[in-house]
Amino acid sequence: MYNTTYYAATSLADAAAKIAADGDAKFLSGGQTLLATMKQRLAAPTMLIDLTKLPELKGISVEGDRLVIGAATKHAQVASDATVKGAIPSLAGLAATIGDPAVRNMGTMGGSLANNDPAADYPAAAMALDAIITTSKGEYKATDFFTGIFETALDEDEIIVKISYEIPKKAAYEKFRNPASRYSLCSVFAAEVSGGPRIAVTGSGNEGVFRVPAMEEALTRGWTADAVTSVKIDPETMLSDMHGSAEYRAHLVAVLAGRAVAKAG
Amino acid sequence: MADVKLTVNGRKIAKTVPDRTLLVTLLRDEIGLTGTHVGCDTSQCGACTVHIDGNAVKSCTVLAAQVSGAEVVTIEGLAKGDTLHPMQEAFRTHHGLQCGFCTPGMIMMGVDIVNRHPEGLDEETIRKELEGNICRCTGYHNIVKAIGAAAEEMSSGTTQMAAE
Repeated sequence: MYNTTYYAATSLADAAAKIAADGDAKFLSGGQTLLATMKQRLAAPTMLIDLTKLPELKGISVEGDRLVIGAATKHAQVASDATVKGAIPSLAGLAATIGDPAVRNMGTMGGSLANNDPAADYPAAAMALDAIITTSKGEYKATDFFTGIFETALDEDEIIVKISYEIPKKAAYEKFRNPASRYSLCSVFAAEVSGGPRIAVTGSGNEGVFRVPAMEEALTRGWTADAVTSVKIDPETMLSDMHGSAEYRAHLVAVLAGRAVAKAG
Repeated sequence: MADVKLTVNGRKIAKTVPDRTLLVTLLRDEIGLTGTHVGCDTSQCGACTVHIDGNAVKSCTVLAAQVSGAEVVTIEGLAKGDTLHPMQEAFRTHHGLQCGFCTPGMIMMGVDIVNRHPEGLDEETIRKELEGNICRCTGYHNIVKAIGAAAEEMSSGTTQMAAE
């Protein structure tokens, strides 16, 4: 790891001021991606501004028809928290599939969303559950937040504070892992929210997480696995790499969507 | 430089280290606790697993400064004098190791798994929970057996739980 300095931010304003003063600084949350990247010398921020001590980024609560989770909440907390399990069990279940138990004890929801890895799990939940992402500067709908692989609408000095998910009528997450890396090769979050059915896919899209309007439309005529498995996905929109071709991933989307819809019941 | 204060295996320590110092580096190089191993250095193998405030984490992917103020338990903190922790004893009894390199991490994760499953453990759960700990010798079979046996021993209440 190249040399860096560590700073524990004391408030949102303090964190924003620090990053404004140093263009090569980066925000640090659980560090399970950033520190690993720095160790490989693929990133060399001059300063790490730790956001995890900020009280604004903590807490889990139900507010009306929404579940609100602080950005610094660790995956292990989301997976085991009684409020999350009660409100959106599929979200707790998703959190329990991220990384491994030790990674889940450090990695955070805000960190995962801000990084927007094309194989990350939370972006699929955010898209399917009509999440609202509250930052130090404003609010984003999930559909406006994810702008491409490792890209989001966040400014350099903007901090995710909390994420609110609509509590769905029903929902399920189906994850298909690469057997070696254990990352999603294709995973689908299916949900029925007040706006209608939602199908969100991670791990497969060549622009990152995406929704499948044709599948959502088909589900409005009846919540069955057959409604989605017959929808053809264009391989042109899929990632293609040593782990799986675009055609293979396009096929997986339909198969996994069918499983997720069936699991949601 | 970062001033890092930790309680390690019950002992208070204070060190001034470069900000980029990883927790595992502090444990091994600054306070001589070399039982915690660095295997892959890419947070995949789990040989560096320690407990921070009672939870298993990979100490090669945490800055020491990030966890200043925390309670850390390493493999050296499990035994009570000459009496091995039930998890250590079970690894010995069930031959849960061959070369032993991954063993400290396996044992620390094993204790964490048992702590998180007071309802008891079956083989499938143990195998799933060991996702982040890699062993290149044993084929895992005896590790799984050892953790299952230790879980029963620890829940029987006849032995002390791990220092958390």
